[in-house]
Amino acid sequence: MEYIPNILFVLILAAGIGYFTKNIRKVIRNIRLGKDVNRSDNKSARFKNMAKIALGQGKMTRRPVSGVLHIIVYIGFIIINIEVLEIVIDGILGTHRIFSFLGGAYDFLIGSFEILAFLVLVGVIIFWIRRNVIKIKRFWSSEMKGWPKSDGNLILYFEMVLMTLFLVMNAADLQLQAMGADHYVQAGAYPISQFISPLFEGISQGALIVLERSAWWIHIIGILVFLNYLYFSKHLHILLAFPNTYFANLKPQGELDNLEAVTKEVMLMMDPNADPFAAPAEDADEGEPEKFGASDVTDLNWVQLLNSYTCTECGRCTSECPANQTGKKLSPRKIMMDTRDRLQEVGDNIDKNGSFVDDGKQLLNDYISPEELWACTSCNACVETCPVNISPLSIILDMRRYLVMEESAAPSELNNMMTNIENNGAPWPFNQMDRMNWSNE
Amino acid sequence: MSEALKVPTMAEYMAEGKKPEVLFWVGCAGSFDDRAKKITKAFVKLLNSANVDFAVLGTEESCTGDPAKRSGNEFLFQMQAVTNIEVMNAYEIKKVVTACPHCFNTLKNEYPALGGDYDVMHHTQFLKSLLEEGRLTVEGGKFKGKRITFHDPCYLGRANNVYEAPRDLLRKLEVELVEMKRCKQKGLCCGAGGAQMFKEPEAGNKDINVERTEDALETKPEIIAAGCPFCNTMMTDGVKSKEKEESIEVLDIAEMIATAQDL
Repeated sequence: MEYIPNILFVLILAAGIGYFTKNIRKVIRNIRLGKDVNRSDNKSARFKNMAKIALGQGKMTRRPVSGVLHIIVYIGFIIINIEVLEIVIDGILGTHRIFSFLGGAYDFLIGSFEILAFLVLVGVIIFWIRRNVIKIKRFWSSEMKGWPKSDGNLILYFEMVLMTLFLVMNAADLQLQAMGADHYVQAGAYPISQFISPLFEGISQGALIVLERSAWWIHIIGILVFLNYLYFSKHLHILLAFPNTYFANLKPQGELDNLEAVTKEVMLMMDPNADPFAAPAEDADEGEPEKFGASDVTDLNWVQLLNSYTCTECGRCTSECPANQTGKKLSPRKIMMDTRDRLQEVGDNIDKNGSFVDDGKQLLNDYISPEELWACTSCNACVETCPVNISPLSIILDMRRYLVMEESAAPSELNNMMTNIENNGAPWPFNQMDRMNWSNE
Repeated sequence: MSEALKVPTMAEYMAEGKKPEVLFWVGCAGSFDDRAKKITKAFVKLLNSANVDFAVLGTEESCTGDPAKRSGNEFLFQMQAVTNIEVMNAYEIKKVVTACPHCFNTLKNEYPALGGDYDVMHHTQFLKSLLEEGRLTVEGGKFKGKRITFHDPCYLGRANNVYEAPRDLLRKLEVELVEMKRCKQKGLCCGAGGAQMFKEPEAGNKDINVERTEDALETKPEIIAAGCPFCNTMMTDGVKSKEKEESIEVLDIAEMIATAQDL
């Protein structure tokens, strides 16, 4: 009977990790629904980007307040995970504070965890105040109603509860150590929970053990629940920020890819030796002609889909978007959220039916309207400011390509502009032969 | 007073069996827009005064295709690009300078994959290099001590990370350079990019160029310096909408340098 907690622990741990793995596989499968794009080049520059931007949080402090708070929570999160390792080993082996043999180093570690936990708690509370009391504008845009708003707050509540449980567990432990309770080794430094433990004076040893054990169990189960919550949440960024910055575009931000399918056609048109009446070769692929641009998530490339899962809806892009600032419908964050929602819908459809069954919906119109797409000035402010190098702009431009090349649905003034370019080589109706007139005016 | 502009074409160079040091890509705005033509002329005056061996394509130049590409018309873009590349490669062009950041970005970044690989410079970068080589001298002249703010063109700044060349030139003019609260990486767009220049904006509560002009006006400038013909138009309109055109000029950096030298 004495092994029941260990077995229970292993079962819970396996279930938590198992369900998480299953869902992460879905995320990877969904991302792979995207078109291929080669990002295997220039590995050293990619690692450098990842180290600087994701690991080093290089772009976060462009906004100092949220940046510094985020770095505190981020460092706290990473380092406190060392403590989770001890908890997991203790849980499996039925030991208590197995790393305590480290002596002074252990005191230092536990002391640091406590200070970090406290700072994380403070940081998260400030984040909550920014969202719900100060009501910072970017958290109250129209796309943030409903689930995105609750999601943002739920994450903060999770972290508040986990940090509190951690400190309560330590405070109870400290009190038990002082009582000389069996099993509770004298170990660790408790710079924060020493102020909590006096609250437990006068509580019986038995009750304290129940308190300590409850905090310990709820804390670790809470972590596993939180881990599994990621899949349903914008909080996936804590994992995907790393691959996202690694695979991000390395070219100048102003460079837009040249569609290869178009290049083939253009080269054929320009080739004086091409036979316009040539019959297709015998072995020609009679498959569907390639679609230009994107009307649904499967027309986007996998990096764009990875972008959508990585987006944590911070809204820096939207708050810097000139169109959004001047009241237009476009919000780059909404472009990313819509892409993820639609991708999830396509993924769920595949899960349900074995393969994708047409649901009569697509990203264009059902999620993103042409009005949003045409409001973009392609200024790259959203790309520049994104702390994890997401490019909403590339999705906007791919969708414009679909609108223009597949649907001929550009605004009429743009059609005029394009007709001018076609006819006289300038966006305005001036004769190409007059191009030098300025020199003798 | 100024002499007649010397604007040789590539065809003329070819006829003489010579090749110029650099091709000046004038661009559609620089060729046809009344305001931008002044920038083109000012830049040519500087090229003439620095004895730069340059030529233009003249009637052989055609739109780079940038507005078509940003509108989503990849076909039209590539048709334009391939045609232009054919012309430029026939003239064996190696180096290109342009006063338009949109042409600059397209020629520099999007032409190489289609067979057009050139050393492309924005005119502010080119003027800076002339300065460093001692071929051009820049002195403050009438701009000395004037309060000036510089509006970063998106396609020069964020798109290609060129922030310092225009500012270095302004410093040489001994102006009092005041930055807007949003500048460089954070600079707000003028509202013209992505083919917006050629259409009415979507419904909103304000025009982007007005929002940006307000940024500029906060710095209480005498001149708003620009480095793009489209930004120039948008900021000029913004200044007009604020009824400040009597007290604030919108000038391209090339115009400022040419004026400072009484060219």
